[in-house]
Amino acid sequence: MTMETTPSIRTIEDEIVEEFSLFDDWESKYEYIIDMGRKLAPLDAACKTDAHRIHGCQSTVWMASEYRDGRVHYRADADAMIVKGLVSLLIRVLSGQTPDDIVNTELRFIDRIGMTSHLAQTRSNGLRAMVRQMKLDAAAWTLKQHNP
Amino acid sequence: MSTGAYPNALPSTSKMASDGNTSPYDVRRIRADFPILRRTVKGKSLVYLDNAATTQKPQAVIDELTAYYTGCNANIHRGIHTLADEATAAFEATREAARRFIGAASTDEVVFTRGTTESINLVAASWGRANLRDGDEIILSTLEHHSNIVPWQMVAEERGARIRVVPVDEDGSFKYEGFLKLLSDRTRIVSIVHVSNALGVVQPVEEIIRAAHGVGALVLVDGAQSAVHLDIDVQRLDCDFFACSAHKIYGPTGVGLLYAKRRLLEAMPPFQGGGEMIREVRFSGTTYNDPPYRFEAGTPNIADVVAFRAAIEYVEAIGKPAIRAHEEALLEQVTERVRRISGVRILGDIPGRIGVLSFTVEGVHPQDIGILLDNQGVAVRTGHHCTQPLMHRFGIAGTTRASLAMYNTPEEMDFFAASLEKVVRMLS
Repeated sequence: MTMETTPSIRTIEDEIVEEFSLFDDWESKYEYIIDMGRKLAPLDAACKTDAHRIHGCQSTVWMASEYRDGRVHYRADADAMIVKGLVSLLIRVLSGQTPDDIVNTELRFIDRIGMTSHLAQTRSNGLRAMVRQMKLDAAAWTLKQHNP
Repeated sequence: MSTGAYPNALPSTSKMASDGNTSPYDVRRIRADFPILRRTVKGKSLVYLDNAATTQKPQAVIDELTAYYTGCNANIHRGIHTLADEATAAFEATREAARRFIGAASTDEVVFTRGTTESINLVAASWGRANLRDGDEIILSTLEHHSNIVPWQMVAEERGARIRVVPVDEDGSFKYEGFLKLLSDRTRIVSIVHVSNALGVVQPVEEIIRAAHGVGALVLVDGAQSAVHLDIDVQRLDCDFFACSAHKIYGPTGVGLLYAKRRLLEAMPPFQGGGEMIREVRFSGTTYNDPPYRFEAGTPNIADVVAFRAAIEYVEAIGKPAIRAHEEALLEQVTERVRRISGVRILGDIPGRIGVLSFTVEGVHPQDIGILLDNQGVAVRTGHHCTQPLMHRFGIAGTTRASLAMYNTPEEMDFFAASLEKVVRMLS
């Protein structure tokens, strides 16, 4: 694996916001999110356990992470397509970042692409739960690194 | 309307669709009575198809609520002043309207609760605790809403009683033969949903009640979904308990009814303790008030109860048979259109379904359907509809449910079906 410089969380967020600014109706925006969901790298069936499950309102999300070269790498799956697309955006932003950056950066892109307002409270809580889980994973990797 | 009860109240400005001649069924005029139907969602006209969760309120109900707080508000019963008298009269007028609405013999048999859930909890906690013994059986069905399962589980655990469950067929129909097999001299109560909230299927409650009475068991009919659509006559049904919610009958939230036969209510211990439900309180012991007041501890939800009468009168003025005919035509129209969409499986696809179209689309999660319909202004409910055992029976996590009311239109059915077609295209 080549050690390219990973763009920062802010840079990737800006890219996503830029991409979404091209959509002028709800359909193309959601089609894009659905497409992102379809393209999400698969999660091992072995990881689809309760331990990896994030309980949302109506859909199920599984997430697993690993730690390589000082960075956290996430994989996920979901049983609903729009949620899966949103998870894939989260992974695009946070996967490959350092634990410190993941824990300390407040994500802005969800608001900026208008998804908070488009998703009902209960479902956006699901999104919040995912971000929280990703941060917890990152913090856990930091701990393991310091206390092997 | 009833602003006459409070002489100084602001006059009601609302006109009902039923004023004058409404024949044939005039859905435009009815819609004009529901202000919320004029709003938009995400820039699109609202198509409200979540009526089994709660119905919208006509202006008459909203006005009644405002008029009560504007011109009457006082605590009811035992008041010596004019406002208290007027408030009590208005509150008790709803009890009479509710009695008429469900066909009870006496207002003494009509208890106000917070809703169907509380009504069932009241029966389970009061009648159940006093009457269930070790080895007694409670019969429910796979179709039940969680609120007609959990209260019984709680009391069954406490009293050592056992819950028996009537299965449903693959098409969602209640297995009457299966019910008869469960019925025995151990059966103390059968608590059954009249119209399924998840599927819209109707249970043969008349036959169920007759058979249950044959073994000396009581029957509670969960009328949360049926009360708004079907003509309810608790005396003709001969049910022992009937529960329903005002907010699903175009009335306010936070109000429900429990009907119980007088002899049962008289023998039942109180559900909650407090004011109004007592006759005399001494530290040496307290005696309780007569029904229905014995079961209405504390200050009730007076304003919403008062406004509920306007909802009952609104439904009565248009007439349930006319509303039912309108809704049946819409349901047939939308069912036939949705049935043609590739991958659609309709749950409870049997004749006589009331007000609900519940379906799955192969390979598509209901949540995705709900989100994408919402973006087109269409409000439906997705998920398990608080009927997890039923979803489990069908081997699914949930469905998409469109549920109808008197104000829905044929154009909305077409728009919903077209929106759904678009959603399915986007997701497959």
